[in-house]
Amino acid sequence: MSEHILEMQGIVKEFPGVKALDNVTFSVRPGEVHALVGENGAGKSTLMKVLSGVYPFGTYQGKILINGQEQPFHSIRDSEQAGVAIIYQELALVKQLSIMENICLGHETARHGVISWDEAHLKAKKALDMVGLSINPSMPIQHLGVGEQQLVEIAKALAKNARILILDEPTAALAEGEAANLLKILKNLREKGVTCIYISHRLREVFELADRITILRDGRTVATRNKADLNEDKLISLMVGRDLTNVYPWKKREAGKSILEVKSWSVYDAAINKTIADVSFTVRQNEILGVAGLVGAGRTELVMSLFNIWGRVTGGEIFLEGRKLSLNSASDAIQAGISLASEDRKRYGLVLTQDIRRNTSLASLPRISKYSVVNGNEEIVAAEKYTHDLRIKTPSIEQKTMNLSGGNQQKVVLGKWLMTMPKVLILDEPTRGIDVGAKVEIYNIVNELVDQGVGVIMISSELPEILGMSDRILVMHEGRFTGELMRAEATQEKIMHYATGGK
Amino acid sequence: MDNKSGFMRDAFQKNIRQYTMLFALVAIWVIFTVLTEGIFIRPGNLSNLFLQTMTVGVVAVGMTLVIVTGNIDLSVGSVAALAGAVGAYCQVRLGWDTAPALVAAVGCGLLIGLWHGFWIAYRMVPSFIVTLASMLIFRGAVLGVTGGTTIAPLSESFKALGQSYLDPIVSAAVGIIAILLFCFFDLRRRFRRVKYSFTVPSWPLQLLKLALGAAVMAAFFGILVFNEGVPYSVMLVLVLAVIFHFVSNHTVFGRHLYAIGGNADAAKLSGINNKKRILQLFTVFGGVTALGGLVLTSRLNAATTSAGQGMELDVIAAVVIGGTSLLGGEGTILGSLVGALIMASLDNGMSLLDTNITYQYVIKGLILLLAVWVDMATRKK
Repeated sequence: MSEHILEMQGIVKEFPGVKALDNVTFSVRPGEVHALVGENGAGKSTLMKVLSGVYPFGTYQGKILINGQEQPFHSIRDSEQAGVAIIYQELALVKQLSIMENICLGHETARHGVISWDEAHLKAKKALDMVGLSINPSMPIQHLGVGEQQLVEIAKALAKNARILILDEPTAALAEGEAANLLKILKNLREKGVTCIYISHRLREVFELADRITILRDGRTVATRNKADLNEDKLISLMVGRDLTNVYPWKKREAGKSILEVKSWSVYDAAINKTIADVSFTVRQNEILGVAGLVGAGRTELVMSLFNIWGRVTGGEIFLEGRKLSLNSASDAIQAGISLASEDRKRYGLVLTQDIRRNTSLASLPRISKYSVVNGNEEIVAAEKYTHDLRIKTPSIEQKTMNLSGGNQQKVVLGKWLMTMPKVLILDEPTRGIDVGAKVEIYNIVNELVDQGVGVIMISSELPEILGMSDRILVMHEGRFTGELMRAEATQEKIMHYATGGK
Repeated sequence: MDNKSGFMRDAFQKNIRQYTMLFALVAIWVIFTVLTEGIFIRPGNLSNLFLQTMTVGVVAVGMTLVIVTGNIDLSVGSVAALAGAVGAYCQVRLGWDTAPALVAAVGCGLLIGLWHGFWIAYRMVPSFIVTLASMLIFRGAVLGVTGGTTIAPLSESFKALGQSYLDPIVSAAVGIIAILLFCFFDLRRRFRRVKYSFTVPSWPLQLLKLALGAAVMAAFFGILVFNEGVPYSVMLVLVLAVIFHFVSNHTVFGRHLYAIGGNADAAKLSGINNKKRILQLFTVFGGVTALGGLVLTSRLNAATTSAGQGMELDVIAAVVIGGTSLLGGEGTILGSLVGALIMASLDNGMSLLDTNITYQYVIKGLILLLAVWVDMATRKK
C-alpha cells in the first residue's frame, strides 16, 4: 500500500474568466480524518467536485491518484466505484422513500431488475449499524430529523463500500448535540479504517476531529499541517492570509429602553404538531439579544409566527415602542419596523434568478415608488449604497445573486433588510455556512446597527457565536424559554444545561 | 461599465437570448423570401402576417406574466371563444351596440379571471388543474351561449376590430408619434440618469441606439402604411404590449410578479401578498384573453362553437419560444411577441409554399423543441 490513499497533483480548474483551482496539491493518508479548510470561494467545493467526478476527466488539468493508481473519473459513478463518496451540504435523499430505499438507491439489490427487499433490508441494517443508528430501515426519510438524515447519508455511502468519505459542511444544519454525535460517529469510523475528508467552517470541530489539515486560499494550497502544529489563531491567519485580531468584535455598551415586547406568545401548528407556549421577552435598544437552543427547539418558528407566517397564534401580544401591534403578514411587520432575515437564504432570502439590485429593493419597493411606479434610479442608488456599505464583492449590482458566494449572498439579504430601515432586526442564523472573513464583516455590520439604536435578535446554533456577540441570551427548549443569561454569566455549559431542558 | 464596448457587451449579454430569437426570426423570413421568390416579403403579405399574429399576440402578452409567476393557463381557447360568443350574442341576438357588447365580453373575461385567481391563490389548486377544468367548463358555456350554432353576422364596427385598418395618413401619423415618443422617453431616461450622476452611453452610441430603434419602427409602420394602413388589432396589441412591458419592468405589481415566480417564499417574507397579486394577475389576464377572443371573433365575422380550439398551445409555444421560463421568474413581453411572430411566420410561409399540412405540424413542433433547447443551452452560461 502506498503512503497515500489519495493524491491530487497539480489540479487546475478554470471557469470562464476565473481560475477556481490553481495548481492544487492535496494528499490524504489511509485511515485519517483530513480537514480541508478555507474561506468561501477558496476552492474547496470545486476541488471535491473534481475528485468526485462531477467535473469529469479532461475538464481540468492535473492528476488524481488513488492508492498510487491514476484515475480518470468520467462521472460520479466512476469515482464511486473507486471508493470515493461525497456527502453534500444539501442532503440528497429522496424524502418520500424509506431509509432502506435511499441507502440502496442506484445500487439496488436486484437480480434481473427485480429487487430483493430482504437483501435490501439486511444491507441497510448493516450500514445503519455502522453509523450507530438503530431505527427501522423501512421508515420514510421524512420522519427523520436533519441529524439522522445526515447519518443515513453516511450509511448510504458506506453501503457503497466507500473508502474515502467526503463530508461537506456536515454540521452546518445541526445543533450542538447532534453535531457532537456526528463527530463521535466519525471517530468510530476512523477506527474502522474509513478515510475521511472533512470540510467545515467550524474550526472547533476541525481541531477536535482532524488528524491533518489542508488550507486552501484563492484556489491554491497554502499548507498541509498536522493538527498538533496549529492552533485556531494560526489556522485562521493561514485561511485569510492576515491576522484576525478578534473573531467576535463585541464591545461594551449600555442597553437602552425597550423597543419590542412580546407577552405570553403562544402558537400551535397542526401540520407538524408543534407548540410554542407562553413565551415572553423584551428587546432593548443598543443590545443584541441572542436566542440559543437546539435545532427544533422552536426558535425559527417563534420568529416566523411573529410575522404570522408560521402556525396559528393562540394567544399573546406584541408591543413595539409601547404601541400594541396586530401583525397579519410580513408586510405589516416590515411596515411597523420589524424585519426578519431568515436562516435559509436560498429558500427564504433571495430570488436567485434576479440581480443584486432587485433583491435589495424587494422589501422596500413601496418606499421608492410613486403611484406604484418604481423609481429605477432611486433603486440603483440604494442598491449601490448597500453593496458598497456591506462590501459585497461583485462586478456590478446587475449580477444575478445565484452567481455570488454564500457570504456575499448573505450580505445581499442583509442589505435588503437594512433598506427597510428596521427598528428591530431579527437575524436567524446570520452566518450559517459562510467563511470567517465574511462572518467578521457581518458582525461588524450588526454592531454598527446596534450603535444606531436598532434592537437585534440573533438566533444561532453556534454557541461561540451566541457567547461572542450577545449582550443577553435567551435559551429555548421545546417551544419555551428555559433560561435567561446576561453576557457576563453565560457559559457554554449553562446554555447547554437550559437548552436540554434543565431548570 | 465605464466604456462604450462595456455598455455594448453588457446590453448584448443581458439580452442575448432575445437576440437569438430575433436572429431566428430574421433567418426564417430570409428563407421564406428566397423560397417564395419574394412573395413572402411583400408589404401585403407582411401586413397579413401581422394580422395573423394578433390573436395569439394579444393573449401571449398576458400569458407571459402568468408563466413568469410560475403558473399556466390552459383555458385561454375556451375563455376567448366564450368572450367572443358573449359579444356576438349581445349584438346579434340582443341587438346591442358594439361598445356595450365589447364591454360585456371583456367583463365576462374579467369575471372568469377572478374565478381562476380565487381557486389558484386562495384555494391553492394548481393553475394547471384549475384552468384545465375551465377549458371544459367554458367550452360547455360556449355551446350554451351559441346554442350550438354559429352567431353571425356582426355589425361593421364590431368587424372593424379584427378586419379594418386605420387610414394610411393617420397610420403614418401614428407611426411618427410612436417614433417621437420612443426618442423622447429614451432621452428623458438618459437625462434623469445624468441627474443621478450615473454613467450613461456616449452620445454617438446613444444616437446610434435611437436611430436603430427609429429605423425598425419606421420599417414596421412603413410596411403597413404602404399596404392599407395599420390594422386596429395591431394597434391593440402594440398598446397592450407597451402597457405590459411597462408594468412588468417599472411597477411594484410587475416586480412582485417576477419575485413570486423566482422565489415565492422569499417574496412572501419580503412583505408581498402573493395571493392578492396572483388574484389580480389572473383577473387582468381574463380581460386580456377576452380581448383576444373578440379580435378572433371579429376576424371570422362570427362566433363559432369551435373558435379558439388549440389556442392555448400556440400561445404557450409563443411565450416559451420568446425565452420565458416555465419554471417562473424570467421572461419578457417583447420576447413573447417575437415568439408569436415566429410561429405565425412559419404558418404563413408554409401556406404560401403550399406545404403539406402533415409537414406543417411536424416542422412547427420541431421548431418549438429546438427553440427551447437553444434557450436552455444559452441559459446555462
